[in-house]
Amino acid sequence: MQGIIEKVTELLDNGTVDRVLAWKAGEFSYDRTPAVFDKESGLYGLVYDSFCVNNLSKYLIEESKKDGKVLVLMKPCDSYGLNMLIKEHRVDREKIYVLGVPCKCKVSVDKIKATGLTGILDIVEEGNDIKVTTVYGDTTLDRKDVLCDKCMVCKDKVVVVYDEKIESDETAGIEKLDRMAEVEALEAMTPDERFNFWRSQLSKCIRCNACRNVCPICSCTKCVFDNDNTGISSKANVDSFEENMFHIVRAYHVAGRCTDCGECSRVCPQNIPLHLLNRKFIKEMNELYGTYQAGTDAEAKDPLTAFTKEDAEPSVIYNR
Amino acid sequence: MQVNESSKEFKPCIVAFCCNWCSYAGADLAGSNRLSYPADVKIIRVPCSCRVNPLFILRAFQRGADGVILCGCHPGDCHYTTGNYYARRRMTMLFSMLDYLGIEKERTRVEWVSAAEGAKFAATMNDFISTVQSLGENRKLRDLRCKE
Repeated sequence: MQGIIEKVTELLDNGTVDRVLAWKAGEFSYDRTPAVFDKESGLYGLVYDSFCVNNLSKYLIEESKKDGKVLVLMKPCDSYGLNMLIKEHRVDREKIYVLGVPCKCKVSVDKIKATGLTGILDIVEEGNDIKVTTVYGDTTLDRKDVLCDKCMVCKDKVVVVYDEKIESDETAGIEKLDRMAEVEALEAMTPDERFNFWRSQLSKCIRCNACRNVCPICSCTKCVFDNDNTGISSKANVDSFEENMFHIVRAYHVAGRCTDCGECSRVCPQNIPLHLLNRKFIKEMNELYGTYQAGTDAEAKDPLTAFTKEDAEPSVIYNR
Repeated sequence: MQVNESSKEFKPCIVAFCCNWCSYAGADLAGSNRLSYPADVKIIRVPCSCRVNPLFILRAFQRGADGVILCGCHPGDCHYTTGNYYARRRMTMLFSMLDYLGIEKERTRVEWVSAAEGAKFAATMNDFISTVQSLGENRKLRDLRCKE
């Protein structure tokens, strides 16, 4: 944290960058909001800790349109999203100074609350302990138990695109879970069970569009869902089909481009496991068209914009 | 869905996207050879199989189709050289997603039919219709507003 502030101050003072895109403390001590700092405002309020979970890469679309250079703090998993934005010419790389920051997995406030704690006043992280102060007394939780779901299947701790990076050898010290385990469990069900599972999940959707708005890949200037003629009327619960349609179409639009950053599931106010749709596509593409991780670099073609003559026929689906 | 009152037999509504250069000509050949296939197949002519946006297929289901089939040139024979290779990947992904969501995968199909394969076209349609017929009406992916 101190190293990051020093580095950012140095770059801001010597004129390398004009603005800084990072996180600031929000209303509560565990709230972190993306924020832009500049020379005038100073770095007052800038934080980087285990609660800084937002993916900042999407904010660069707007930030890189402005004058001057913007410095961005880039966590390893967010850097995949940035690579995709560079690849799709959605950001101006020249106007961005990427400062890679280490990540030892993020803590989920929702998970802390899910342990049954209410009246939370303050959450402080000390080493591997999470100290929670509530109006009913203090509790200490093990950090490993309250990590974000997306961090449990972390891809890597490597920042894939950066101008400079700050290293740290701290690790969360967790056993990574199998990323595809949930998908495989669903695949093992019968079609009717799967249908009922998805109906029960997708019917919770309130069409707030948070999943779309947070997704670094969903960056079209004019979105298909803002078009009245798509057969999707942007209203919640109009029809059971429509809920299916919205989520199939959204998953399909990011198929082969999704970096599996897990933000869609994290922001969903209804806790729909949207990452399971994206991971299904990732799993299928890896199996049928060779292993591919979107965002590893800004050049490789994604599976749906490429082909080989020996590709499997669609009938492989029926033979399972 | 159309129910023939006299026989009460379920007649599925099938939407077939056919590429202009091969499958549509194949359907034409089937017709001029007087090969019969049920009239429940609604053919939509597209310039190339890769013109079919996955949204088209969902939209067809929404509007009441019981099965959707995509026909194009054989891989390697695309009029636009590579269009059907892209379509192949796209449809594989879409169908696997529909299957994942619990929709009967037999309701969707991709078949490569060339302009010279009128008999194959008729046989494919007959086979697909009987498959969809055995599955019954599409209840999972329908829009109630579009049904009478």
